[in-house]
Amino acid sequence: MANVDYSIVRGAERAVATNKVLKNTYLLLSATLAFSAVMAAVSMALALPSWMYLVSVIGAILMGMFVLPRTANSSAGIGVIFGITGLLGLGLGSILTAYLALPKGPEIIATAFGGTGLIFLGLSGYALTAKRDFSFLGGFVFAGMMVVLIAVVANLFLQMPALSLAISAAIILLMSAFILFDTSRIVNGGETNYIMATYGLYLSIFNIFISLLQILGIMSGDD
Amino acid sequence: MSLFLQIALAVILVMMLFFLWPTFKHWQEHGPKAKAGDWQAVILPLALVVGLVVLLIALVR
Repeated sequence: MANVDYSIVRGAERAVATNKVLKNTYLLLSATLAFSAVMAAVSMALALPSWMYLVSVIGAILMGMFVLPRTANSSAGIGVIFGITGLLGLGLGSILTAYLALPKGPEIIATAFGGTGLIFLGLSGYALTAKRDFSFLGGFVFAGMMVVLIAVVANLFLQMPALSLAISAAIILLMSAFILFDTSRIVNGGETNYIMATYGLYLSIFNIFISLLQILGIMSGDD
Repeated sequence: MSLFLQIALAVILVMMLFFLWPTFKHWQEHGPKAKAGDWQAVILPLALVVGLVVLLIALVR
């Protein structure tokens, strides 16, 4: 009777499942980013006011907290994630309209876009090839997230430019760590739901882009 | 309008803090601990991110 090493078979099955999650995550991420870009273009064409950004962020947070976790294991989750990313795209469009009105606006937007792409591709490539499990970052990133949230709430009312700059810098570092953490969890089988994985990576990219826009806007002397 | 939205966002962000708390506790208590060399493997790419942001700032100034 053939002596089958089931640990190898199970390992191969796990690798196939992980690759499937990874492939589906990047496909859905590409689609949601493209959809967001279309919605941002629609928002810019309609010249939506800048308060639309706050409305879209509130809507997206509520959907992300209450609707997405309940639908992520069904096909309805796809519709919900497109709803969230479309909403954030609409809000982003209103911010971009405001930046385009600045003298160096188009340059700032292009630089932030390129920088976000470089950061995401670089960190994802690193996490995929490093053969390291970055899930030890869990406690650190969630603690950092809570500190940043408290600072964001405080600055909603204090409106201090220096604190705003510090928050943006902290968000870029924190979201960079989240990219390592999320990608590593997909690769190592810690995240098996590609909708939730896409949501995590999308939020990291979105937050890095918004924070870079703010930092470049302030530092260029235009904001 | 803006003040109302700011208050609404603040309430939702505080709510999010309460949502995040159990996740934070879980990762703090049950998450894997860093092994030797793990933090260096994180600090290096994050330092490169900082360098890139500084470069981008220099580009738009």
